[in-house]
Amino acid sequence: MPNRPTPADTLRPSRPPAPDSEPDFVQLIDVVKKFGATTAVDHVSLSVRRKELFALLGSSGCGKSTLLRLMAGLETPDAGRIVVDGQDITQLPPYQRPVNMMFQSYALFPHMTVEANAAYGLKREGAPRQEIKERVGAALDLVQMSQYAKRKPHQLSGGQQQRAALARSLVKRPKLLLLDEPMSALDKKIRQQTQFELGNILYSVGVTCVLVTHDQEEAMTMADRLAVMNEGRIIQVGTPNEVYEAPTSRFAAEFIGSTNLFEASLAGDESRLFNCKDLEVPLQVHNPMNARMNLAVQISLRPERITLTFEPVDQPTNWAVGTIEQYAYMGSYTLYYVRLKSGRVMAVDMSQLAVRALPRPPDYGDTVYLSWGSDHLVVLTR
Amino acid sequence: MNRMQKLLGSGYLTLVYLFLYVPTACVVFYSFNESQLVSVWSGFSFKWYRALTTDEELISAAWTSLKIGVATAFASVFVGTWAGFVLYRFHRFRGLTLFTAMINAPLVIPEVIQGISLLLLFVALQQAIGWPDRGFFTIWIGHTMLCVSYVAITVQARLASMDESLHEAAADLGATPLRVVLDITLPLIAPALLSGWLLSFTISIDDVLMTAFLSGPDTTLLPIVVFSRVRLGLNPEVNALGTLFILAVTVAVVLNNHWMLKRQRRRELQIAQALRREDASGVEVRHAG
Amino acid sequence: MTMGPRPLAWLKSRLPSGRTLVIGTPFVFLLVFFMVPFVAVLIISFADPQMSVPPYTPIAEFRDGYLRITLSLEHYRAVLTDSLYIGSYLYSVEVAALTTVLCLLIGYPACYLIARSSPSKRNLLLMAVMLPFWTSYLIRVYAWIGLLKNQGLINHFLHWLHLIDQPLKLYHNNAGLLIGMVYNYLPYLMLPLYAHFVKLDTTLLEAARVLGARPWQAFFTITVPMSKRAVIAASLLVFIPAVGEYVIPEILGGSNSLMIGRVMWDDFFVNTDWPSASAATGAMVLLLLLPMAWFQRLQKREIGSP
Repeated sequence: MPNRPTPADTLRPSRPPAPDSEPDFVQLIDVVKKFGATTAVDHVSLSVRRKELFALLGSSGCGKSTLLRLMAGLETPDAGRIVVDGQDITQLPPYQRPVNMMFQSYALFPHMTVEANAAYGLKREGAPRQEIKERVGAALDLVQMSQYAKRKPHQLSGGQQQRAALARSLVKRPKLLLLDEPMSALDKKIRQQTQFELGNILYSVGVTCVLVTHDQEEAMTMADRLAVMNEGRIIQVGTPNEVYEAPTSRFAAEFIGSTNLFEASLAGDESRLFNCKDLEVPLQVHNPMNARMNLAVQISLRPERITLTFEPVDQPTNWAVGTIEQYAYMGSYTLYYVRLKSGRVMAVDMSQLAVRALPRPPDYGDTVYLSWGSDHLVVLTR
Repeated sequence: MNRMQKLLGSGYLTLVYLFLYVPTACVVFYSFNESQLVSVWSGFSFKWYRALTTDEELISAAWTSLKIGVATAFASVFVGTWAGFVLYRFHRFRGLTLFTAMINAPLVIPEVIQGISLLLLFVALQQAIGWPDRGFFTIWIGHTMLCVSYVAITVQARLASMDESLHEAAADLGATPLRVVLDITLPLIAPALLSGWLLSFTISIDDVLMTAFLSGPDTTLLPIVVFSRVRLGLNPEVNALGTLFILAVTVAVVLNNHWMLKRQRRRELQIAQALRREDASGVEVRHAG
Repeated sequence: MTMGPRPLAWLKSRLPSGRTLVIGTPFVFLLVFFMVPFVAVLIISFADPQMSVPPYTPIAEFRDGYLRITLSLEHYRAVLTDSLYIGSYLYSVEVAALTTVLCLLIGYPACYLIARSSPSKRNLLLMAVMLPFWTSYLIRVYAWIGLLKNQGLINHFLHWLHLIDQPLKLYHNNAGLLIGMVYNYLPYLMLPLYAHFVKLDTTLLEAARVLGARPWQAFFTITVPMSKRAVIAASLLVFIPAVGEYVIPEILGGSNSLMIGRVMWDDFFVNTDWPSASAATGAMVLLLLLPMAWFQRLQKREIGSP
C-alpha cells in the first residue's frame, strides 16, 4: 500500500516559515566519497539555511548516511569541501568540529548516568563545574528528563533514551546538529507524536539541523526543506510541498507518495495537449509547452487528485473510463485500482467524504469515470 | 526429546562429570586421612595441613610464586589489552599477518618449545651484555608470554561485540582518540580485563615447564617443588596443598558466577520495568506544556 | 618563498606517528620475546656441546685475522635420522591424536547436551566444566596417581567388586598416560566447542524437522556438518600442545612412554646437550607449522565473522 504523506503545512500551524537570513550557513561543495569501487557520494552540493531543519531522504544505500558522517567528521571526503558558518571543516577531526550528532542507536554510554552522558561533551571542553551543572540541567529540562538524571541508559525506555541522546547532543550548542534516523528505533504508535515534539524542541533551541531518514512521512512532517537522494546524487531539493506537488523527475515523483505516470508526446508545436496511448483523450496541462511536436515526456498525476464518478464527465480532455479491478478500504480513504480499456491500471485515492457523496459505494466490476483538472498534471523533465 | 532420550542424556552427562570430579574429590578426601596410604583410612586428621605450615621450602616457594603471579597478571593484561586493541582497531598495516600469527601461535605451541627458545635468548643476551641472570625477571617474561595471547583474544572479542557508535559518539562530543580509549573503551571492557587478570594469575601459579627452564639457582617456585615431590609418587602434604587450591578456586568461581548472575538479573528487571512504564502511559512522553 | 621548518616542528615530524607507536609497542614486544628467541634456537642448533658456560661452542670466532663460522649440521642429521628422536616424535603424535579423538568422543556429545539444556541448568553445568579448567593442572594430574596405582583406588574398587584378581597395571605406563592426557585436555576441548553450540541457530533444526527430518537425521545432516569448523579448531587446540606435553608423561607415564617433550627436557637438563635440544626444537616447529597455520586461518575466520 502506498504511503499517504500529507503536505507539511497542514500539520504544523504554529511553525513559522524558515528565516531567509544566512542561506549558506552550512555548505557542501562538490563532495565525493568512494568506498573501493562504489561511489557513495557523487559530487553532492548543498546549502542549508541557518536554523533550518533540512532532511536527506532516500532508501538505504543512497548515500545519505555517508553524507551525514562526512559532515560529522567520522569519514573524510575524497574531494570537495564542507563549510559551517564560514569555517572550512573538511579536514578537521570530529572532536574539533562545531558539529554534534544524534546517533541512530542513541549511543548512550552505558556505564554513565544520563547526567554524566550529557555532561561529557562539556567536560571535554574543560568548562567549569558550575557552568556544566547549569547547562546540563537546562538541557535535561528542555527534553523533560530531569527526573531521570541519575538513571543509567538501560533503565530507560526507548523514548526516554532518545530524549537523553538529544539532550546530550544539544548541550554543547553546536552550530550544526545531525540526526541519524532519529525515529527508527521507536514504536510506530509514538512516532508521530515524537516527530512533533522533537521538531518543536529543535525549533525552540534554534539550531540548524540536518536529518537523515528513509521514512517519507518523517521527512515531510519535520523538515523545512528536504533533498531526495538516490545512488549518491541529489535528485531534487525543495520544501515538502514543492517536492510533492512539483516533482522534477520520475524518481522524485515515485519516491514520495505514489503517482500515476503517463508516457505522452506533445500534440502540437505550441500546445497544452499531450497524447498518451493509454488514454482515449489527450492530457491537457495548465501551461502551454514550447517545444517540438511529438516531444516525449512523462506526466505525473497523483491518485488523490482524481475524481471518480458513475456518470460520464463533461470535459473534452483529462478523463478516462474503466472498471474497478481492486480496491482497499483504508479507513479514512479508499484506494481503487481501475483498469482502462487500454489495459492500463490507474490508482485512485478517494476520501471517505467523497465516497459517501456517491449514490452507492463502488464495487468490483463497476464501470466508473475518472476525471481531473489540468493543474493536477505535472510534466516531469527528467 | 522423549523421556528415554532425556534419561540417556542425563546419565551420560553424569558419567562425564564423575570422570572430571572423582580424582579431585579423592585428593580432598585423602588430605584428611591420617594414614599416608590410599588403601587404608585410619582416621580423620589435620596432620598434613599442620605439616604444610612448617614446610619452609614450600612456603617460601609459594610466596615467590604469588609475587610472580601478580606481576605476570598485570604485565599480560597490559600488553594483551594493547595487542587486542590493535587487532580490533587496525585492519591494514604492514606486518598484520605476522602480528596475528604471533598472537595465535603461543596458544597452541607446545610449552617446551617456548621455554627452550626463551631460555636460549636470555642466555645469549647474558653472554653479550651480562644481563639478565636467570631468576625473577626471566620467569616473569616467560609467564607473561604464555598469557598475553589469551588476554589479547578475549579483549578483541569483547571489543568486536561492542557498539562501534559509542566510540564515534565520544569523538563527536569532543574526545581525542586517547580520551576515547580511557573514558569509553577501558571501562566497558573491564570485565574482560578482570577475567584476563585472573586467568593469567592462574596460569602463572600453576606453570611447570616454562618455570623450570627459566629459573635460576636462587628462585624456586611452588609448582617446581610440588612437581619434584610428585614425580616420586604419592605425597600426603600435596593432598593438603591441593585441597587448599581446589577450595580457593571453587569459592572464587562460584562467587563470580553467582555475582554475575545476580547482576544480569537485576539489569533485566530494570529494563523490563522501563518498558512497562512506557507501555502503560503510551504517550508518557508528553507532559504539560 | 618558504622558510625552513622550526626546530620543534622538524623534530615532531621525525618522530613516529601516534599510529605507529600504538601498533608498534605490542608488536615489538611480541617480536622480541617470541620471534627473536627462535633465531637464538636456530643459531645454537648449529653449535656443538661442550663443558662450558654456556654449554655450547661459539658459532662465529674471530681468530688470527679470520672470521671463522662453524656450522655443525650433526644435530639436524641426528634429529632427522636417530630412532630416538623419530620414534619419540611419532609416539608423541600418536598419543596426541589418540587423546584428541577420545576427547572429541567424550566431549562432543557432552557439549551438545549441555547447550541444549534449560538456561539455568546450562549455567550450572558450564560452571562445573570451568572449575576443573581453573584448578591447578598439576594437582589434577597428581590426583590420578592415587587412583591408578596397583594399590590405588580403582584396583581396590574392582577387586572389591570381585571383577579382577590381579591389579590392573594403570600407573607408570601408556594406559595411565592416556587417561591423564584425556583428563587434562577435556575442558580445553569442551569450552570452545560449547561456545559454538550455544551460538548455533536452532531455527535451522526446526526447519529441518518441519521438512520431515527425524531428530537423529537432523543431528547428522545439519548439526554435525555445521560444527565442522569448531570441531577442527578445538581439536587443534588439544592436538598441537599435546604433542609437546612433558609433565603428564613424566608423572603418569612409564619409562617406555617417551614423548618428544621428555626427550628434549632430558637433552637439556640431563645431558646438557643444548644444541641437540635446539635442533629438535627447530625441527618440531617446522613440523608443527602446518597445523598451526591451519589453526590461524580458522581463528581469522572466526574473528572476522560477525
